[in-house]
Amino acid sequence: MELTVKNLDVKYSDKKIVKDVSFHINTGEIATIIGPNGSGKSTLIKAVSRCLKISRGDIFLDKINIKEKKTKDIAQELAVLPQVKNVSSDISIEELVSYGRYPHLKFGKRLGKEDKDIIDWALEKTGLQDMRKRFVITLSGGERQRAWIAMSLAQKPKILILDEPTTFLDISYQLEVLELVKELNETLGLTVVMVLHDLNQAARYSDKILVINNGELCDFGEPDKVISSCLLKDIFRIDADIYDDKINKCTYFIPRKTIA
Amino acid sequence: MNSSNTKQEGIKKKLILLIFMIIAVLSFFISIGNGAVKISFKEILNAVLFEEATVNYQIIWNVRLPRTIVAALVGTCLALSGAILQGVMRNPLAGPNIIGVSAGAGLLTLIVLIIFPSYYFLAPAGAFVGALLATLLIYFLAWKEGVVPMRLILAGVAVSSLLGAGTNAIMTFYPDKVSGIIGFMVGGLSATNWRHVSTIFPYATIGIILLLFIPNKLNILMLGDEVATGLGINVEKTRFLFIIISSLLAGAAVSVAGLLGFVGLIVPHITRLFIGSDYRYLLPATIFTGSSIVVICDTISRVIFAPMEIPVGIIMSALGAPFFLYLLRRREKN
Repeated sequence: MELTVKNLDVKYSDKKIVKDVSFHINTGEIATIIGPNGSGKSTLIKAVSRCLKISRGDIFLDKINIKEKKTKDIAQELAVLPQVKNVSSDISIEELVSYGRYPHLKFGKRLGKEDKDIIDWALEKTGLQDMRKRFVITLSGGERQRAWIAMSLAQKPKILILDEPTTFLDISYQLEVLELVKELNETLGLTVVMVLHDLNQAARYSDKILVINNGELCDFGEPDKVISSCLLKDIFRIDADIYDDKINKCTYFIPRKTIA
Repeated sequence: MNSSNTKQEGIKKKLILLIFMIIAVLSFFISIGNGAVKISFKEILNAVLFEEATVNYQIIWNVRLPRTIVAALVGTCLALSGAILQGVMRNPLAGPNIIGVSAGAGLLTLIVLIIFPSYYFLAPAGAFVGALLATLLIYFLAWKEGVVPMRLILAGVAVSSLLGAGTNAIMTFYPDKVSGIIGFMVGGLSATNWRHVSTIFPYATIGIILLLFIPNKLNILMLGDEVATGLGINVEKTRFLFIIISSLLAGAAVSVAGLLGFVGLIVPHITRLFIGSDYRYLLPATIFTGSSIVVICDTISRVIFAPMEIPVGIIMSALGAPFFLYLLRRREKN
């Protein structure tokens, strides 16, 4: 599913946090939003996932304006994994994943056979089928994030939005999560939009990168074109050497020092 | 094997529900049988089924039965109200008092009973309206491009203390009339009759009907505002609706039984300990636990110093507060 954002403004109180942002993401692409702290990248992704009100502009899913759709219908196509999540101490993985079926449930109906099959499928896709009975709070950081991704998958979405899915995770869990996202993208044709802090990971796992600075979209394109010493200097204020990663077939850089 | 496990879980929870239901029914009979005059189970059956115009018949039909039904419905309404609020606010310490139910109902009732005593018959309506107005005020004050639970809780504390100041001011200016309203302030069920039953019955019914529709939404709201939005829930609208429902339920209870708000805080907690936090089981369970606890505490309040009666609110807090502290300690351990 394609995602198109046109002339998006988001205000908080009277301050414009996101200013006139427009972009288009094709079906099956992984697009990563990067930018320094306070640049407005999280605000942008929250607006796209309709957690924040848009003050101007439009968002289209496959050319249909989401303003014309019911929020429950949107949830059948677009799944959101926010940063702030809450789970009671006695919720098992299986229960959590079953909530992903909510947007598909008719008023007052219970989960049917088809729903249960989809829950099984989501658990299998995320490699959680053997621990489905475990309580979510007992899981490691990586497993927990996988459980939330499984919940999103149970929505059977065509677009998955992830707000900093790797934050607070150890490096091995970070890779685990990103590998899973990549695999889901490749096997299911899922369009992915996410915010990442680690620029090297963004370069490695994305088809497109959006650079946000001061609320504006200042660069948008393929990683090897976007990640440049210019970008790192001007926006992230670091001196860095840029290399080609021949094994992963992507650009990577090694930071040298900060620029005052 | 996995699916049979889930089934076992479900069966276990249904069994707990059944036990709660049996306890509720038993407490109902205990309440009818005990008081200033003790009536055995056999005598109850006799009085209800075969006899008329005996003393037992009079006691049961005119005093104990309406009182027990009111106690059960009050417990149901308050417990449901608290359980819903704890989900909406994602805060285990939320209760009807947090949305101003006690403060609003207390102030308006006092204004009616003390300043306009000739309109005493409006007091229950006043309690109800006061509860709802206080809730709306708190909601309005917490609003800033939407309402987040934490702001709502803080606004609730502020408004409650403001309205509390009004209540205390009235009590200070009219010290001679305070004794007449103590029963309301601590919460009591003495002198309840069939009229009270008909006041609270519709709200309790609405509350019970809601059980069929809202547990899924509450479960999802518990996951956080953003997750709930992502799953297609209009969080702002749903939260407002649930808060108003809670206020109506608790307001109805307070208007017949006085300020018994504590029930709404502890009963959902107690219930959660047994049956977990899944609202599909938690809500029906709170109906049984809420009604049994109020009915039993009311029975104790009638029996403990018989023939004198003490307000049920005192019993409830005396038993509830230590239990609540125990719960907090337990939480710390986990």
